[in-house]
Amino acid sequence: MLELRNIYWSTPSGHEVLHDISLSIDGSGIVVITGPNGGGKTTIAKIIAGIEKPDSGSILFNGEDITDLGVTERARKGISYAFQQPVRFKGLTVRDLLDMASGRKLDEKEICSLLSKVGLCAKDYVERDVDASLSGGEIKRIEIATVFARKTRFSVFDEPEAGIDLWSFPRLIGAFEDLRKESGGIEVIISHQERILDIADRVIVIENGRVKEDGKRNILDSLLRSASCPACPKRS
Amino acid sequence: MDKNAEELLRIVSDWKGSLQGAHSIRENGMSVEMLSTDHIHIEPKKDKPGLDITVDKGTKGETMYIPACVTHGGVDDLVYNDFYIEDDADVTIVAGCGVHTDNGEMARHNGIHRFFIGDGCHVRYVEKHVGTGKGRGRRSIDPVTDVTLGRDSVMEMDSTQIKGVSDTHRMTRAKVGEGSSFIVHERIMTAGDERAITDFSIDMDGDGSSVDLVSRSVARDESHQALHSVIRGNARCTGHSECDAIITERGTVSATPQLDANNIEASLIHEAAIGKIAGEQLLKLCSFGLTEEEAEEKIIQGFLK
Repeated sequence: MLELRNIYWSTPSGHEVLHDISLSIDGSGIVVITGPNGGGKTTIAKIIAGIEKPDSGSILFNGEDITDLGVTERARKGISYAFQQPVRFKGLTVRDLLDMASGRKLDEKEICSLLSKVGLCAKDYVERDVDASLSGGEIKRIEIATVFARKTRFSVFDEPEAGIDLWSFPRLIGAFEDLRKESGGIEVIISHQERILDIADRVIVIENGRVKEDGKRNILDSLLRSASCPACPKRS
Repeated sequence: MDKNAEELLRIVSDWKGSLQGAHSIRENGMSVEMLSTDHIHIEPKKDKPGLDITVDKGTKGETMYIPACVTHGGVDDLVYNDFYIEDDADVTIVAGCGVHTDNGEMARHNGIHRFFIGDGCHVRYVEKHVGTGKGRGRRSIDPVTDVTLGRDSVMEMDSTQIKGVSDTHRMTRAKVGEGSSFIVHERIMTAGDERAITDFSIDMDGDGSSVDLVSRSVARDESHQALHSVIRGNARCTGHSECDAIITERGTVSATPQLDANNIEASLIHEAAIGKIAGEQLLKLCSFGLTEEEAEEKIIQGFLK
C-alpha cells in the first residue's frame, strides 16, 4: 500500500533528520512507529501526508509514485492524517470540520457516532467552534474524529494519546481497534504509549533518523532491556 | 419594482416577493411601500426625508423591515430614520441596504438611524449591506447608527457588509444606561479596491452597563479596512472589544482600539489579531482533500459566519 524508498530529509539549517529510510507498509492492521524523541517519527508522518517533501528518495502509494504530490492530492488518493498539534479555527464548528472531513453533510446520527468514538457527546460539542474555548484534550479528540470521518484505508495518527485523560484511554484504544476491523486498512500511529504499543500488529523503532527495528511487538523487549531506547516505556 | 431592487431586497432582507409585518421599503430615495401594525407605527418625517417609527410599550416578538436600495448610478440618497422603542418592548428590526450601479456613475445611500430605547427593552437590529453591478461606478454606503439605551435594556446589533461596496464609512455611537447591554457583532468583507472605515464610540454611563463589541473582517485583493473604536467606562461597567481580521493578497487592515476607564469600577478588555490565514489551518483542510483555494474560502466563510 505505502512504500518509502531511501528517504532523506534535513532541516533548512542542514541538520539531518531522516537518513535513508525505507519502509513498506502493506495489508491491514495497526503499525506503531515509536522511538526516542527527536528521532524523526513525526517527520516521517509529515512526509507520508505530503506536508514535508523529502530531499531525496521516493514515496509510492498503491504502486503510484506520489513523491511530488501535495497534501490535497494525497488526501484525495486516500491518505488521512491526524496532526500532533491540532489546529484551531475561529468560526468553524465541530460539525463544519466533520462535514469537510467526510466530504459531505453528515446527519446527526453519524456525527454522534463519530464523536462518541472519541468520548465526546455530540449535543455538547457539535455546534461549538473549534477554537480556543476547547481544551487541549477536547480538540485532540475532535482531530482524531476527523480522520475517522474520512473513512480512508490509510490513516496516520501523530501521538493521538497526547492530552487524552487516563479515563478516556480505553475508549480511544477501542476506537483504533474498531477502525482496524471496519476499514480493513492501515493505521499508522506515532506513539510511545504502552497501551497503544500493545495493540500494534507491527512496531517500527526509529532512532537518529534511521529504522532501528521493525517487527512484532516483542522487538521492544530486548531494546528496553538494553535501555537503548530511553523514551520507550519500561516494562514491569 | 424592478429586478435590481428585488434582488437587492432579497439579499438584505427576508424579501420573497413581499414583506410581512410592519415595513417600509425605500427605493432610489423614494418610499415605495409602507405598512404599520397595531403596535409598530411608521410615519414619514415632515421636515426631512425619513421615518419616525414608534414601537408601543410592551410589544413582544414583532419583526419590522426597513430596507433601502439604490438600483442605478447617479442616485445619492440620504435618509433619517428615528426609532422610538417604548418600555418593555422586544422587537427585531431588519434594516438592510443595497446599492447597484452599472452605468459608470456612483450609487450612494446614507442612512442615519437613531434609536431611543426605553427601559426593560430587548432590541435586535440586523443590518446587511451589499453592492452589486459592474463597471467603474462606485457603490457607497455610509450608515450612521446612534443608540441611546435606557435602564435594563439590551440592544444586539448584527451588522454585515457582504460584498461589493466600494466605499463605506460606518459610524456607530451609543450611550448605555444603568444595567443595560450593547452587543455588536460586525462582519465586513472587502475585495478589489474597496475601502471600509468603521468608527465606534460607546459610552457606558450607567452602573452595571456593559458592551461587547466583536468585529471580524476580511480584506482581500488590494482592499483596505480601518477600525477605530473608543469604549468609555464612565461608571461601574464592563466592556469588551475584539477585533479579528484576515488579510489576503495585498489587503491591508488598520485597527485602533481605545479604552477609556473613567471610573475606578470600570473593567475594560480589548483583544485584537490581524494576519493572513495560518498555514496550519490551510494544511488541515487540505488534508481533507480541499484545494488551498477551497480551504481559504471555507476558513473565510466560517470566520465571517
